[in-house]
Amino acid sequence: MDPIEQFAVITIVPLHIFGIDVSFTNASVFMLCIVAAIMAFVYGATRKGSLIPGRLQSAAEMSYEFVANTVHLTSGSKGMDFFPLIFSIFMFVLVCNIVTLVPYSFSVTSQIIVTAALSILVIGLVIGIGVFRHGFGFLRAFVPSGVPMYLLPFIVMIEIISFATRPVSLSVRLFANMLAGEIALKVMGGFVAALLGAGVAAIIAPLPLIATIALFAFELLEAVLQAYVFAILTCVYLNDAIHPGH
Amino acid sequence: MANTTNTAPVTAEHSEMPAAQAPFPPFAPVNLAPLLVWLAISFALLYLLMSRIALPHVEKVLRGRRSKITDDLGDAFARRKEADEASAAYQKTLTDARSNAQALAQQTYTRLAAETDAKRKALDAELSAKLADSEAQIEAMTAKAMANVGQIAHETASAIVEHLTGKPADAKVISEALASVKS
Repeated sequence: MDPIEQFAVITIVPLHIFGIDVSFTNASVFMLCIVAAIMAFVYGATRKGSLIPGRLQSAAEMSYEFVANTVHLTSGSKGMDFFPLIFSIFMFVLVCNIVTLVPYSFSVTSQIIVTAALSILVIGLVIGIGVFRHGFGFLRAFVPSGVPMYLLPFIVMIEIISFATRPVSLSVRLFANMLAGEIALKVMGGFVAALLGAGVAAIIAPLPLIATIALFAFELLEAVLQAYVFAILTCVYLNDAIHPGH
Repeated sequence: MANTTNTAPVTAEHSEMPAAQAPFPPFAPVNLAPLLVWLAISFALLYLLMSRIALPHVEKVLRGRRSKITDDLGDAFARRKEADEASAAYQKTLTDARSNAQALAQQTYTRLAAETDAKRKALDAELSAKLADSEAQIEAMTAKAMANVGQIAHETASAIVEHLTGKPADAKVISEALASVKS
């Protein structure tokens, strides 16, 4: 009942190309299945394109409009260029987080490598777009307008630090939330099993079971919320790159 | 779920390892390359599928519905306008018909009233003529009767005088007496 073992990456097909370990692992299986599931959900559900949508089509359209509205609200109409990327990130993180809650499943977003890679993708994109669209003007993102001269050095320093910590906070927030949630669920579930096997103490076994149920509901909220937070922060950061100096 | 059953025996093997020796899996550097490579493959695939196929399709569906709703609403508004116009025309026709009917009724009423009036006047005149005739007749008869009364009074008076005096009365005196009584 090791609560950590669920995070183990297990090689299924060992593969080495040019000396790089590209083994097909349980993580690969889950990631590919999640991509397939998202595609089936978004495209499959709307394939018929019914004028009056069914439940699944409604859900797919709602996710589309939800992300589209979020992008539009945070980054404006120029941000809509990045809508497919933000939609992909949101759906990927969301489905990974929800799949995490299925017993015996592998939690993709509980791997800091995955969340860090996604964060670096976002921040890399922010820097790339900022420099590509505004050149040195992108540096204005570190100089807020309307700040007195004597405060400017401190403000710029704070802005630089806040920018530098973004990839860290973005990746660690998601990773830590999902990891902690999974461990807590596993530990609570383990209590139920341990108490059931402990003779008289078995009568209090329902207590951790109730806690597990409550925790599960909370983790479901957390899964959706963290995906939303990840997506909206991506929008906010991209907005900085599109409109620096705000 | 089939994948999970595949990996289940492997997981069991792993758990036999002492936990202290194995690094915390989410931080294990061994996982770096395979995770990154497959994340890159999966995410690139997802991005391509979403941006090229799925999202344009959803957008098309949504836009189709929006334009259909807009068209239908425009249609409905046009129809409502038509209906409003038809209703106004109907109301106008109704009002016209009602005023026509009223005018006709008024006309008929006055015509009938005039006719009745004329008839009544004719009847009145006829009746007055008849009344006047009758009155004249009565007057004539009364005069006739009064003339007879004079004669009767004369005869009666001469009879009474003859009876009282025992000799025939003087007709001339009686006529004078009668004339004085009459006047």
